[in-house]
Amino acid sequence: MASRGLVTGRRAVWSLRTLALVYVAVLVAVPVVMVFARTIKQGGRAFVSAVTSSDAIHAYQLTFVVAGSAVVINTVFGVGVAMLLARYEFPGKRLLNTIIDLPVSVSPIVVGLALTLVFGFRTGWFGPTLRNLGFQVIFATPGMILATCFVALPLVVREVLPVLAETGADQEQAARSLGANAVQRFRRITIPTIKWALAYGVVLSIARTIGEFGAVRVVSGNVTGKTQTLTLLVDQHAEQFENGAYQLAVVLIIVATVCIVAISFLRPEEGA
Amino acid sequence: MTEAVLDKPTVRTPRPTGSPDRARLGMVSGVGLGISVLWLSLLVLIPLAAVVAKGTGSGWSGFANAFTDQRAFDAIAFTVLSSLGVAAVNAVMGTVIAWVLVRDDFPGKRILEIVIDIPFALPTIVAGLVLLTLYGPNSPIGPDWYGTKAGVEVALLFVTLPFVVRAVEPVLMALETDVEEAAASLGASPLPIFRRIVLPAITPAVLSGSALAFGRAMGEYGSVVLISGQIERKTEIASLYVYQQIQNDALSEAAATATVLLVISLLVIAFLNVVQVWAARRG
Repeated sequence: MASRGLVTGRRAVWSLRTLALVYVAVLVAVPVVMVFARTIKQGGRAFVSAVTSSDAIHAYQLTFVVAGSAVVINTVFGVGVAMLLARYEFPGKRLLNTIIDLPVSVSPIVVGLALTLVFGFRTGWFGPTLRNLGFQVIFATPGMILATCFVALPLVVREVLPVLAETGADQEQAARSLGANAVQRFRRITIPTIKWALAYGVVLSIARTIGEFGAVRVVSGNVTGKTQTLTLLVDQHAEQFENGAYQLAVVLIIVATVCIVAISFLRPEEGA
Repeated sequence: MTEAVLDKPTVRTPRPTGSPDRARLGMVSGVGLGISVLWLSLLVLIPLAAVVAKGTGSGWSGFANAFTDQRAFDAIAFTVLSSLGVAAVNAVMGTVIAWVLVRDDFPGKRILEIVIDIPFALPTIVAGLVLLTLYGPNSPIGPDWYGTKAGVEVALLFVTLPFVVRAVEPVLMALETDVEEAAASLGASPLPIFRRIVLPAITPAVLSGSALAFGRAMGEYGSVVLISGQIERKTEIASLYVYQQIQNDALSEAAATATVLLVISLLVIAFLNVVQVWAARRG
């Protein structure tokens, strides 16, 4: 390491290091620390009352349902599509591969608008029909789950696919020739092969789905105590100058940090 | 290969794909593909088509609203300019940070690694709140950028921080230092070494990282909601404008601007593919 630095010269290394550290400190580290400082300053009692208010409890439950459903759906879809892309040939394969990546580059507000235009119960393409069948999508939990699935769509596929492509189908074919059925092959061979990549993709998805804000804001209607997830509640507290924004933000920062630490532990396993 | 040719010159690979690992679809995989395509269509393709249909629904004139309506135009122009600026800053700072992470060594480097990932994992609304504490009206250090363009740009820089860093880092790691050391031992000074040896190697990664940052900034919403103050024709970026139009039930106007954003997203994806092909061709 030290010899690498010598190539560039000690003074240059020092100035680049300082520049990088100051930039990251000013942009990320100091602001995050200050949210903690402010929360501590407002005291333990304020913290407890903010994180146990009935709105907060409801927001945890809804966030758990929405993010949990979206993670489960995206994991099943992600593993399925990764297996299709890695193991089979079919027309339109490259197109499918490209479309999977599309959601990350779409603005969350556009996602919300898109789903509203299709599932909105007054003027949406399918909305009125679905309403007559008794389903409400927009301004209700199903729409929030759809929006969350959309924004996190590629995360599992993109982690699992390279591992599947790299390991090849030899073991699966050997197992098949020995008489293992599809379920056995999937449980005994595919799952052990992809488990670290899958875990990584799932943690990424958890962080992304808990944190989704814009798309969910559009499709939820943002009704306090009804369709308000944790991020929407933080926004309301902050915009209305109510107590609780900092405290709930700290909860979300801790969740995010746990995810990052989990990711940093899973990352080297991926290559192994 | 040669052996196979010698043994049975007429027999070719039975599968048209040429890849022995890949099979044609069977019953189960066929149904799986059907369900996946149906799900993708319902979730992604049909809704995005609905945006384009609504945005261009009343013909070209409806779509032109995104450019002729002063408020919509200002929002798009501000978003594009800020995103370009953000991409440029990231190209430089992301490269510096990646270089420091790979080539430098100091106590606390692991903490820097984790802090770099915070913007990806942190909910955007929390990012906005976090920035408001330091750059808002109650800032302990001075600058009050609430309701200013600078505030919006800081938020965009925050959420795009990891893109270039994470794109350049692996390339720098794979880059052997022996050429640089040889150049240094022959008396070359650091700047030309960087320009002639390091920069050409990392250029594709810097370009794709910056393009990803640009794309992210173009569509950003959550982190700017609080700090922007949502002031029309000043701090209103495209997503804020689209959201306001949805709230006002002006779905055609919302969709027209959303279509512009979608077109820009597609251009970014196309650019990323070009960079990828170019990098692969260079080897």
